[in-house]
Amino acid sequence: MLRHFTVRREALLAMLGLAVAWQVASLFFPAYLFPPLQAIAAALVKIFTSWHLVGEAAATALRILAGLAGAFALGVAFAVAMAKSPKVHDYLFPILHFNQGIPALSWVVISIIWFKTTEFRIWFIMVVTTLPAFAFQVLDAYRSISKDIHEMALSFRPSRYDMFRTVVLPTVVPGILTAWKVNLGNASRVVVVAELVGATAGVGYQLLQMQQLFDLAGALAWTLVLVLFVLATQQVLSAIETHVLRYRAQSERGL
Amino acid sequence: MPEPIIRFEDVSKRFADKDGRELPGYAVQGLSFEIAAGELIAVVGRTGCGKSTMFNLLTGLLEPTAGAVRVYGRDPFRDFDWFRGKVAVVFQSDRLLPWRSAVHNVAYGLELNKVGEHERLRIACEWLERLGLKGYEDTYPHALSGGMRQRVSIARAFAVNAEILLCDEPFSSLDELTGAKLRAEFVRLVRENRKTSIFITHSIDEALALGERILVFRPPAYIALQVRPSEAATDAERAAMKDAILAAMTAGSADPVAA
Repeated sequence: MLRHFTVRREALLAMLGLAVAWQVASLFFPAYLFPPLQAIAAALVKIFTSWHLVGEAAATALRILAGLAGAFALGVAFAVAMAKSPKVHDYLFPILHFNQGIPALSWVVISIIWFKTTEFRIWFIMVVTTLPAFAFQVLDAYRSISKDIHEMALSFRPSRYDMFRTVVLPTVVPGILTAWKVNLGNASRVVVVAELVGATAGVGYQLLQMQQLFDLAGALAWTLVLVLFVLATQQVLSAIETHVLRYRAQSERGL
Repeated sequence: MPEPIIRFEDVSKRFADKDGRELPGYAVQGLSFEIAAGELIAVVGRTGCGKSTMFNLLTGLLEPTAGAVRVYGRDPFRDFDWFRGKVAVVFQSDRLLPWRSAVHNVAYGLELNKVGEHERLRIACEWLERLGLKGYEDTYPHALSGGMRQRVSIARAFAVNAEILLCDEPFSSLDELTGAKLRAEFVRLVRENRKTSIFITHSIDEALALGERILVFRPPAYIALQVRPSEAATDAERAAMKDAILAAMTAGSADPVAA
């Protein structure tokens, strides 16, 4: 408990230090380079007090979640297929590996050429860029199922569904939660790139507007909105993780 | 002798590599034996003599390369689901599900046998109490000692009330005192519940302490000797039996440790 408090206090102090440094810099540089904190705060208030702007932020959040959900569903399907069939693995693995090397910006260009609908373009970019990580992490989690536990369960002759429910799912859940946490950060970066190029609403679109207006306070406020969304979602995932993995032993002394 | 319920008929098993090519040598070769209902059999042999392969053939986790394994006249590999609730296993390690508390681990087999939640938890609590773990129902495995975890795994096997109980060196990873205590509890439970039991061990003393009949295995898992220790046997008779078992286990071995 004390340790958690210490970590939180340190995080708070670090952020406070950053804010102070920024505010000091704003005293020595013009506002278009280092806008004062009150200007950023005012831009944030403006966002959160306008239904229209909240809607823009919500659009980005929904795009992230929809993209992650699509990538997760496909990633699980690919992971299961690769785990079940070595042949599928041999064909699919290099493709996913190759895909990991393609920059998100390349997918933005490809999707603009391939698809007409803006929302589908963004969803497609989100899915293809986060799919490999989901597939590999779920595959790793699936392969981590202990042979001993599997044989123990088999000795009771479970149905396929019961084996999945009682052994496979609890084993892969930690890996799945980690995959979501990692991909959430990736997705938030990718969605902005996708929206910058092809959207007429959302955080990326708003960032483009701020750049054209030379409004750094606004750009930072929109960035903060995205960061806050990612942090809030991470907290939800962490809370789920803490609840689901409550059975795990905790060492009193950390690593 | 009553009608046998477990029958190995000239069973052989060869393992294959990843590409399906058979590996040289047999893990089990020409193994034949029968076990009657209610018997408590100890299978003893050195490491690598094929005890565990025989065990996995019996549980239906492996398919014989040749010969037939029959339990109640059925093939445990092909009629795998038919044996649900009829066979319970205690493994060398506890193999508890780390995400389940002690009571939910004990109730695991009952859950798979579709016993209602209230009833299965009642049975699981009862078995935990019988094995001296009252008060630990909600404790997760990581917070239990090795001996306590193994008790939970024994409770899990007994809770399903299967007719056949298979044990693969369940006390070998425990210290001598804990092992001896659990062994005594195990024998009491087996006799009280009249289970047909096969107990695999590499310890001759354990085999003599447990088995109504002892099958002595020699690689590649054929029976080199069968003995029936009598409870009335004198110390000298038991010592002679132990020597005979040791000789049967090690005969023909080039291993100087064994000789």
